[in-house]
Amino acid sequence: MKNDKDKIARFTPAERVNHWVLALTFILLALSGLVFFHPSFYFLNNLFGGGVWARILHPFIGIVMAISFAAMFFKFKGENVLTPGDREWLKHAREMFEGDDSHMPEAGKFNAGQKLLFWLLLLCMALLLLSGLIIWRRYFSNIFPVWMVRFASLLHAASGAGIIALIMGHIYLAIWTRESMGAMLYGYVRRAWARQHHPAWFRQVNGEEK
Amino acid sequence: MALQSLDIKRRSATTTPPPGVRKSPEVAKLIDISKCIGCKACQTACMEWNDLRDDIGKTTGIYDNPRDLDENNWTVMRFSEVELERGKLEWLIRKDGCMHCGDPGCLKACPAPGAVIQYSNGIVDFHEESCIGCGYCITGCPFDIPRISKKDAKAYKCTLCSDRVSAGVEPACVKTCPTGAITFGAKEEIIHHANGRIADLKGRGFANAGIYDPEGVGKTHVMYVLQHADKPGIYSNLPENPGISPMVSLWKGAAKPLASLALGAVAAGAFFHYVTKGANEVSEEIEKEFENEKR
Repeated sequence: MKNDKDKIARFTPAERVNHWVLALTFILLALSGLVFFHPSFYFLNNLFGGGVWARILHPFIGIVMAISFAAMFFKFKGENVLTPGDREWLKHAREMFEGDDSHMPEAGKFNAGQKLLFWLLLLCMALLLLSGLIIWRRYFSNIFPVWMVRFASLLHAASGAGIIALIMGHIYLAIWTRESMGAMLYGYVRRAWARQHHPAWFRQVNGEEK
Repeated sequence: MALQSLDIKRRSATTTPPPGVRKSPEVAKLIDISKCIGCKACQTACMEWNDLRDDIGKTTGIYDNPRDLDENNWTVMRFSEVELERGKLEWLIRKDGCMHCGDPGCLKACPAPGAVIQYSNGIVDFHEESCIGCGYCITGCPFDIPRISKKDAKAYKCTLCSDRVSAGVEPACVKTCPTGAITFGAKEEIIHHANGRIADLKGRGFANAGIYDPEGVGKTHVMYVLQHADKPGIYSNLPENPGISPMVSLWKGAAKPLASLALGAVAAGAFFHYVTKGANEVSEEIEKEFENEKR
């Protein structure tokens, strides 16, 4: 596949491995976090060996996720800077969801929606990490005043629900935009796909190749 | 430790009615601070009945011993020296422990079904077998009472001797109190008794004597008679207007079912978008362009 002229590289093996580590930790965190979120999700504790295990494991998995996200952040932050063109892209996003992408400004390696997701994820991750440490009763909660623990509990639940919604959107758009999953699984996309969805990036890569 | 019971009023993290076919009258324990001599017999009786033994601690130069509540000490005497009028020192000794709130913050915050139980008689009890050790009860409590054990990571606090009360006897601390500072019975009768005590105190110059039975937590099933009911803070920081923090109410109130519904709506929205609009594929035009390029 590497020498396939029809394909271009989108994500390196290291980027892909980190993405899936992040994805796995996110899924484990979402499922174990929902255990404490509302009684209707309490049954999910069985996936982790009971409520006590869910409580023990959740914060440690969270640490792994934070490290993994930090790596992703530093790798991709340069490519996710929002530009004036991105504002235009977002204005037309509705048409795209309706099925007409003829007016979309040319997207680079990441389109404005992906960039927006990137920064919203950073916000949620930062809030989750900080509030999560404060409500980690085993090691940290006792050193914080109770009002802070209460505020952190509220913030953790809110940003947790927020990040679950964001990732649900992320997963759906990866399914909706055919073939995009291949980029994260195998590292390559077809040239036609790149031309269609990320034209500016396609031209940039093409220019480099020629 | 909760008992098997048919008079459960509320159960943590449970959205359906708990077994509550039986009703029992509301009970209350009254701690008359004006009668307390700080002998700590109640602390000893509590350990004795509940069969708890703490490690021997350290003397820190003050009467409070142990210094704080923990998994083995469900009640502690807190000593404070107060001089409200110059030259008139008062030694205020408050027996601290669970207040058995009508609207318990611990129960509201607890995510584990059945780990916190409120009986119809008003006793709030922890069922440690169901406890997952998250400490949310500590976050929810307006009185800073529950403690997580360092050994087993379960939450512990005063049970108001629910086992004794269910058998028709008073809590161990009440039984042992040598001055009659602690009394126990039907809440109505206990309030009647408290009013008598307050009238007596007022007659002896304590103009602000009163009962501590705060509304903000739905009233309590452990009450105090205070010589200075206008200043509960002087009794080792007894909160003036305790209540479940608005942050806890928001955290554990409407926000979560609404957020759960919103997440469901995102999933449903995505699914129906796919069904109605179809996938986002590479256009035929571009596909052809690349086909030609290949040839």
